[in-house]
Amino acid sequence: MQLDDLKARADELRSEAARSHRIRVCLAASCQSSGAGEVCEGFERAVESAGRGDDVEVRRVGCLGLCSAGPLVAVDGRNAAFSELYRHVGPDDVEGLLDSVEGEPVEQLRCPTDVPFFQRQHKVVLENSGLVDPDRIEDYIAQDGYQALVRAVTEMTPEDVLREVQTSGLRGRGGAGYPAGLKWSTVAKAVESPKYVICNGDEGDPGAFMDRAVLESDPHRVLEGMALAAYAVGASRGFVYVRAEYPLAVERLERAIRQATKEGFLGHGVCASPFDFTIELRMGAGAFVCGEETALMASIEGLRGQPRPRPPYPAESGLWGGPTLINNVETLANVPPVVRNGGEWFASIGTPDSTGTKVFALAGRVENTGLVEVPMGITLREIVEEVGGGVPDGRAFKAVQTGGPSGGCIPVELTETSVEYDTLRAVGSIMGSGGMIVMDETSCMVDVARYFMEFCMTESCGKCIPCRAGTVQLHDLLVKIADRRATSADLALLEELCEVVQMTSLCGLGQTAPNPVQSTLRYFRHEYEERLVETPPGEFLVPLDVVDT
Amino acid sequence: MKVAVKRVSPPSDDKRWKLVDVTMRRNGYSAHALIETLHVVQNSFGYLDGRAMRYVARSLRIPLSRVYGVATFYHLFSLEPTGEHTCVVCTGTACYIKGAPDLIDAVEDQYDVSIGGTTADGRLSLLSARCLGACGLAPAVVVDGEIRGRQTSEALLQEIGEATCNSTT
Amino acid sequence: MPPKPQSPTTSVRVVTLTIDDIDVGAREDETLLQVAAENGVRIPSLCHLDGLGEWGGCRLCLVEVEGSSKLLSACSTHVAEGMCVRTDSEKLRRYRKTIVELLFAERNHVCSVCVSNGHCELQDLATECGVDHVRVPYRNDVFHVDSSHDLFRVDHNRCVLCTRCVRVCDEIEGAHTWDVMGRGAGCRVITDLNQPWGESDTCTSCGKCVQVCPTGALVRKGTAVGEMEKTPDFLPYLTQMRGEV
Repeated sequence: MQLDDLKARADELRSEAARSHRIRVCLAASCQSSGAGEVCEGFERAVESAGRGDDVEVRRVGCLGLCSAGPLVAVDGRNAAFSELYRHVGPDDVEGLLDSVEGEPVEQLRCPTDVPFFQRQHKVVLENSGLVDPDRIEDYIAQDGYQALVRAVTEMTPEDVLREVQTSGLRGRGGAGYPAGLKWSTVAKAVESPKYVICNGDEGDPGAFMDRAVLESDPHRVLEGMALAAYAVGASRGFVYVRAEYPLAVERLERAIRQATKEGFLGHGVCASPFDFTIELRMGAGAFVCGEETALMASIEGLRGQPRPRPPYPAESGLWGGPTLINNVETLANVPPVVRNGGEWFASIGTPDSTGTKVFALAGRVENTGLVEVPMGITLREIVEEVGGGVPDGRAFKAVQTGGPSGGCIPVELTETSVEYDTLRAVGSIMGSGGMIVMDETSCMVDVARYFMEFCMTESCGKCIPCRAGTVQLHDLLVKIADRRATSADLALLEELCEVVQMTSLCGLGQTAPNPVQSTLRYFRHEYEERLVETPPGEFLVPLDVVDT
Repeated sequence: MKVAVKRVSPPSDDKRWKLVDVTMRRNGYSAHALIETLHVVQNSFGYLDGRAMRYVARSLRIPLSRVYGVATFYHLFSLEPTGEHTCVVCTGTACYIKGAPDLIDAVEDQYDVSIGGTTADGRLSLLSARCLGACGLAPAVVVDGEIRGRQTSEALLQEIGEATCNSTT
Repeated sequence: MPPKPQSPTTSVRVVTLTIDDIDVGAREDETLLQVAAENGVRIPSLCHLDGLGEWGGCRLCLVEVEGSSKLLSACSTHVAEGMCVRTDSEKLRRYRKTIVELLFAERNHVCSVCVSNGHCELQDLATECGVDHVRVPYRNDVFHVDSSHDLFRVDHNRCVLCTRCVRVCDEIEGAHTWDVMGRGAGCRVITDLNQPWGESDTCTSCGKCVQVCPTGALVRKGTAVGEMEKTPDFLPYLTQMRGEV
């Protein structure tokens, strides 16, 4: 297949689609659970009974972003004459919205899109989300999908692809922000074979669902990113590892892999080039620690998901001992636009050290909960107050938590901090995979720390002592403090144990488990101290006589 | 040297073993298909019992203790049958700060069951999930596979009451 | 399973490095723990045992390596030219001591009534790391004792989950009777499908697991307090003769 053929096909698909009106119904997990399935069927029935199947297309799409206002429906006029977004759509609204394709909007359901929630966003990863039907490869092709891959295998060398990724400055979106170009080049340089490419879709942070939205809304983008990565590093076999808790993502990925293989974008001789690449799907089984690279590889090998010490890094010795490239979903979803538009284009978005955009799952005590994609360098305050619409019910904005159980709480005074890997680390949190939980004045920080420690304790794999035994002790100390049974000696022990667990644990789970405690201690120490007691209630401490010998 | 492999026959003529066999065959009976295979057993039978684990271990030629180790490592595998109805409360961060613990307390009190357990009569299992990815609808609960957002204790107890009443047994 | 990657056959180079200011030479394929031992530098460790594959779980052999922001486990880190390693510092001593304390608090290690008293690696480590008392609360969870085997006993109260028994049974004996179940604090070593040891179909009763166990968790029956002495020294010879490691 040549690039020109694919471009011609995209043009044809686009002009064909423009000939009819379109009703896009969001069927991502959140809208689906508010009844979007029923709404969608309502539209399909109404279109059929009105005999308008030829000029109105009902399209089942992925996430439209503003999850708290679901079910969301977008109505596009023929030839892109107009586009309106509607919120809280129920089955009774179907008829009215179907009539609105002629141009008269349904005012009471209109969701204004000229508000900061939409205006401040910059879509790269989510550019197709809500536009394409994830079950149809044609929709992805119509959005110029797979053109980067075809261009790469027909016109570019693996080194060219690698260079674009290096130029882009793209950093890993899984949390730590390791430069993708550096990781890729290490695998590319490895002499052993076979090599593997793994897409890490084991999104485990509670309160984060970015990868889920990408996989459910635009699965082909991830497959294209993986194929480009495989071409650049010289791998011929890939695995997508997805949480079993995301059955819809699993189903859509399976279908997407079948379609892409049938169309020749995957499999033996990708796009009639000498490059072979197959992708297999692997399901997790409910273990947060499997988000850690070495644990994830153990899980793919059918073993307990326990990490092993690094070095050696997966890039040298990974899956079955072969050099392995592991990137998370969002990282790989950035790759097709990087190759299509060039690394310099990507580097022009965001800041010099943190290029591109970041998808956040905005949740907690905030008006607009949902999925947002913002350019790096935006401040936390802008995200919470402008994009998120601020804290509801007249309460005071207290802190924002990023990075889940590995991250920290950033107090309202520091929310002018810009969203970059290094600035967030400097204030004691991390970028993380993209969970952003807003807390108001009613949130107790000791309880927040306890919540995350309980999470780490139950998710600890049990392999290394500091994490296995240390998180249990830390959790107990936090419960003791929260229950006002702890003394200042307990607080000192808490701090010391935090350091030991952080410094000595085997993998990232244990090493970062103390972060929520340390960051809340740093900014909200008084909340800990005001819960301390001089002598624990109900316990009488009888000092022992010390006899000097 | 090629050794003729004799396949182990399933523990019973239950048709569901066919699904298990298909998965193992598709993966060439390789040891790394263990988790995939256990998923199929879990989905087909609802839980993993000793018989199933023995069969999978022999078929894939994996030590018994490793199968047991893997089965108990991952949350999604259960070694005991779950109740007739299930109520899964999301305890992700967003749901937690919007009141998931209260929902759990309410169900625990009403049905005398603790989280992760099943009522004595086997009617209801109360489970927790780490994050359903429905943070916009916090707190979220899944009753018998159907997700319900913005739950309150009263509404949830009513849902469960209706679900368990409607069953035939 | 896909074929193992072919490693290019290159001759092993010799490198020089410093361990605690001592200049040492080493083969490139050696670990820091091996090289330190060869040069008389003692690094505490628990899960490591000569002759078995590395596990990297006890974190006692952590060392500081110049240029690395993280502490590295000496058992799993290979030497490199010009490496500058510190095996002992105030910080490392403090961490090791805390880790041993966490172990003592995790399960019920009551030395005075243990058959391994006086011949116990955990006890020796406590002495070596200067543990005088345990600052974290004892968990006091009750663990099971399994005496169903004719010759041996497993007392989970004294298990430190080093997995030496799992590894020796898999790598040396080839029976793979032992493995670990559960996760986190709920981990436990098991035989077969978590059945009584005496009912295991795969156990050959070879007793290697007992010999490599660092504490009184796996013991020979019929020993009284302090009588259980173990001899894991057979291992390196056995692995060498089998030409495996």
